[in-house]
Amino acid sequence: MGAYAVRRIGLFIPTILLTTLIVFVLFFMVPGDAALFILTGEEGAGAVTEEDLAKLRHELGLDKPVHVQYGTWLWDILRGDLGTSIWYRTPVTKEIRDKFAVTLQLAVMGILMAFVIAVPLGMLSAVRQDTWPDYVSRILSLIGIALPTFWLAILIIYFLAYTFNWLPPLGYATLWEDPVLNLTQLAFPALAIAFHDLAFTARVTRSSMLEVLREDYVRTARSKGLSELTVIGRHALKNAIMPVLTISGYQFARLLGGTIIIETIFVIPGLGQFLIESIQHRDFIVIQAVVLLAAAVVLTLNLVIDLIYGVLDPRIRYQ
Amino acid sequence: MLERQRTEAPVLTSAGAGVAARRQGLGAGLVRFARAKPLGAIGGAITVLLILMALVANVISPYNPRESLGPENVHLPPSLTYPMGTDHAGRDVLSRVIHGARISLYVGFGSVIVGISVGFVLAIAFTYAGGHVDLLFQRLVDSLMALPGLIIALAIVAVLGASLTNVIIAIIIGMLAPVVRTIRSQVLTTKELDYVLAARAIGASPLRLVFGHIAPNCLAIALVVGTYYLGLAITIEASLSFLGVGVSPDVPSWGGMLKRAAEEHAKTAPWVAMFPGLAIFVVVFGFNLLGDALRDVWDPKLRGR
Repeated sequence: MGAYAVRRIGLFIPTILLTTLIVFVLFFMVPGDAALFILTGEEGAGAVTEEDLAKLRHELGLDKPVHVQYGTWLWDILRGDLGTSIWYRTPVTKEIRDKFAVTLQLAVMGILMAFVIAVPLGMLSAVRQDTWPDYVSRILSLIGIALPTFWLAILIIYFLAYTFNWLPPLGYATLWEDPVLNLTQLAFPALAIAFHDLAFTARVTRSSMLEVLREDYVRTARSKGLSELTVIGRHALKNAIMPVLTISGYQFARLLGGTIIIETIFVIPGLGQFLIESIQHRDFIVIQAVVLLAAAVVLTLNLVIDLIYGVLDPRIRYQ
Repeated sequence: MLERQRTEAPVLTSAGAGVAARRQGLGAGLVRFARAKPLGAIGGAITVLLILMALVANVISPYNPRESLGPENVHLPPSLTYPMGTDHAGRDVLSRVIHGARISLYVGFGSVIVGISVGFVLAIAFTYAGGHVDLLFQRLVDSLMALPGLIIALAIVAVLGASLTNVIIAIIIGMLAPVVRTIRSQVLTTKELDYVLAARAIGASPLRLVFGHIAPNCLAIALVVGTYYLGLAITIEASLSFLGVGVSPDVPSWGGMLKRAAEEHAKTAPWVAMFPGLAIFVVVFGFNLLGDALRDVWDPKLRGR
């Protein structure tokens, strides 16, 4: 296990370094630089003298060679400093911390909801292959994958507004301040996020379960007279759930993308809304930080999944 | 089971549906595809209808999609005159939905054709080259994979500025890494197949190996991936326009139409949000059905997954 962990982490470090380089280069291509944006403001109307510009560039270290700038930027990130927002003039790390917690809660709620519904659905589909429950669940999956999340969110809002004359309360309370309000606010956005993921997870569960059901040990379990429930629950599910868990982990990346749109529709003060605002304000320091954070979350999550997988499934370690 | 074997056998033996179809005429091939994969045929029909709609948009749309029909015609509910109602500016929603197909198709095909071609060439070139170059390229793909599709698209549009072309560029960059990875795995398997070894043994040049033997065998998977990405590209364009960083609000794009509708008129004029969303859903649904069917026919290994 030790050797496998070292190998896997050895793969992680160059990848994340390369990711920081990609993000740095991407934002280095922005016409103009931070100094210009700070001095000109959003509209770019302010009269800016070359002198002021040069002075600020020197203060921000923008007059140094590119590789030095990258080094400084990377070093700051390692110390937890993501820079200062151009628009809000506040440290980005502080701004992002609370908003990330909101987005994370939404994403976790979404993925849990998806999992709780999708796994039984996928199992049912596999156990009753080519019967009507299977067809219903497969058609549902196809619909769920094609349904644009933001349209689903709008439909949910319409439905709530028309049928119950009720909308999720605006404003926002954290889970610790007011758990009931927090959950009523986030339940429906999480549902909208879950639906897309649900479709995908159900599909994966179905195919994974179908494969396991054809295995010899399932036939052995059946032939020694175990009840169907025990065969499915104890023998088949345990083996079938592994790929589902892995893929759910990887899906988390796409979930983060999905939450952006959902947050703007349901007015939830998470990372997504912050990102959209920052794009409108052309606040590149914030955009850069959010993109980097998303990538770091994805890479770290993938690493953790692979390591857990290594512990659970010895075959992986010796490949 | 017997029936399944019968319908699929000719496809398997002729190294691709295309060859069989050409031999018996395109019509017969299509009919056989539709019989074997009814859902795929529905997907194909949706795709063809969409392309037709985009081509003759000017002829079939009853009104000008960008022109207001006057202040007295704002937010009219669906009726015989305006089958999908009118929007906040008094424009006919049906005409805008029809013209929206053009934007969606332009973005979809534009990004997928470029993205798949570039991804295809890169995947084959680097995988065949192997060694350190390939290793480095793989790390680059890993890094790009870490950036969620919509987030990288948003970042690129933020850097380049919002325009239709930049949206396409953003989608291409977002799709490259996963496309390269999928095609690469196919190249790796193909490289070791007996007929490639045989070709190498009789002294085929590397170029001939790549273009004559390896590339054609990876073409099917590239087309399947491309079909899925058509749907994904259309969704991303709609998402960007919906978030207000895609095409300009004046342009009739499905995502852009939803933006305005979701912001202000949820209760007064729900039809403005219903139809563009439905259009996105039907089209993406169609591409996915077609992709599933093509994958089943062309790639027997993936069948049933």
